[in-house]
Amino acid sequence: MANHEVNTGRRRFLTATTAVVGAGGVIAAAVPFVASWQPSAKAQGAGAPVTEDISKLEPGQRVIVQWRGQPVWIFRRTPEQLSALPANDGRLRDPNSDNLDQQPEYAKNGYRSIKPEIAVLVGTCTHLGCSPLFRPELEPQPFDAEWKGGFYCPCHNSRFDMAGRVYEGVPAPTNLRVPPYKFLDENRIVIGVNPEGAA
Amino acid sequence: MANVIARTTDSVVGWFNDRTPGLIPFYKKHISEYYAPKNFNVWYYFGSLAMLVLVNQIVTGIWLTMNYKPSAAEAFNSVEYIMRDVDWGWLIRYMHSTGASLFFVVVYLHMFRGLIYGSYQKPRELVWVIGMLLFLTLMAEAFMGYVLPWGQMSYWGAQVIINLFGAVPWIGEALTEFIRGDYLVSDATLNRFFALHVIALPLVILLLVVLHLGALHEVGSNNPEGVDIKKKKGVDGVPLDGIPFHPYYTIKDLFGAGFFLTIAAFILFFEPTFGGLFLEYDNFVVANPLVTPEHIKPVWYFTPYYAMLRAVPDKLLGVMVMGGAVLILFLVPWLDYSRVKSIRYRGMITKSLLAMFVISFIALGWLGLQTGSTGQTWAARIFTLYYFGFFITMPIWTRLDAVKSVPDRVPAHD
Repeated sequence: MANHEVNTGRRRFLTATTAVVGAGGVIAAAVPFVASWQPSAKAQGAGAPVTEDISKLEPGQRVIVQWRGQPVWIFRRTPEQLSALPANDGRLRDPNSDNLDQQPEYAKNGYRSIKPEIAVLVGTCTHLGCSPLFRPELEPQPFDAEWKGGFYCPCHNSRFDMAGRVYEGVPAPTNLRVPPYKFLDENRIVIGVNPEGAA
Repeated sequence: MANVIARTTDSVVGWFNDRTPGLIPFYKKHISEYYAPKNFNVWYYFGSLAMLVLVNQIVTGIWLTMNYKPSAAEAFNSVEYIMRDVDWGWLIRYMHSTGASLFFVVVYLHMFRGLIYGSYQKPRELVWVIGMLLFLTLMAEAFMGYVLPWGQMSYWGAQVIINLFGAVPWIGEALTEFIRGDYLVSDATLNRFFALHVIALPLVILLLVVLHLGALHEVGSNNPEGVDIKKKKGVDGVPLDGIPFHPYYTIKDLFGAGFFLTIAAFILFFEPTFGGLFLEYDNFVVANPLVTPEHIKPVWYFTPYYAMLRAVPDKLLGVMVMGGAVLILFLVPWLDYSRVKSIRYRGMITKSLLAMFVISFIALGWLGLQTGSTGQTWAARIFTLYYFGFFITMPIWTRLDAVKSVPDRVPAHD
């Protein structure tokens, strides 16, 4: 106790370094708690491709299959529904599917599909994830007097046409997503796998 | 005999007081010698009623967890089990679900009380801000509780609310995965919402209630006249217009509680779903990740904000409007430039604008319950504009408004 003078510089340095090291420790300790909220290994492993036989799918009909827990729609469009598609272009946000995140390269066409009549879409609205309702009729609807068939989201009134393309003036920002898929043969579709040769 | 009892009581109290000297001062500061203005009216019931409902939610909630199973496979059936097979389970569950809606009834009325009497003005800004934090936490608590029965509305409500975070630029997608713990709303989501609903958020709410009351008792309660009762004190230092919280307001609040519980009991026993408003019919169908119900809407207490979200034809902007509608309430203490607190001393501008604000809020709540035709969407846009306009222009019209002078003392009535 010989030296009664307080070395304030050293004291400040020690306080600051202790605080910095302590803060580092707190951040490090928070990592496991935050990271444990990420999808678990089990959830990550549940994304296997699914196969669906569509031989019994009549024109105008739709089936819903589950892929990665999400609804995937497969529907066979009638000739009238197909021929009505280009007429919508002027009212759509992205009629030419220029947003490449929403479909694989091989589905970037007027039908947004490999075969014109068979459509495959992830059935969750690109707004807030509800599953839009199937309204295939080409007749006026309460929400649209010039309806050419498509999907109507009951949550926030977003609308999509029969190719899953989003209308202008609705909350959904982008077209419905086309998942990677390929045809095994005439009637069997695998969802979750790209066709051979496609990226 | 009386002497013996008195002496025993004194020695027990003395024993505790020697060991925890803060206990009796605490009781005095917050209850027996907390001087509240003598002119509280009916609007001042809702604070204590909110605490009553909170206690109800905690007690019935603990009992519900005794039979509820927080897993996607079992949750829906365990709630049905509580409703059908557990003795008195239906009552405990309905007390909890009705309590949730009544919580928002009393909290909205409590907040409205603050608005009309200027209870957020200096020096009570922090009381208001902590109250708003409580409101925000309560919204999260109610939302997560609504997911637990795992019906169709639970599932799709969770889907929509979590996807609101997806509107955040760049990190949105990763953020929603982080919140869900999966690529879709699933068992992992339900399980963590259960943990947050029964442990984390109730603790936060309790802490905030303590801070809300602590902040209030530091600055003292406002009153319908907006008179500062601390300006005029008697020789004993007690405000002349103040009366001790106990016994005066404990008795008054007890009467209010009785009245409130009578109404609550009517709902509970005769109309627990309240025509689909408190418990929605679609929620009696088990969650189906593949099909969204035909008409999806949140529970009534979220519908004003939901109507705003739906009125905006842009994802990010819609979410910002929805969030902004709640966050702007935090700023009210700094938006109001009026020299008087209470509406009783304010002019026609404040009175009419506030009346229109109430109409807008209720109209938005009604619109949020509807399907959303074109006309309704436009109506929602107009009311949303008014909602924001009311707050944004508040600094202007509170300054323009003619005010009457506030007396020094609470006016006496015959």
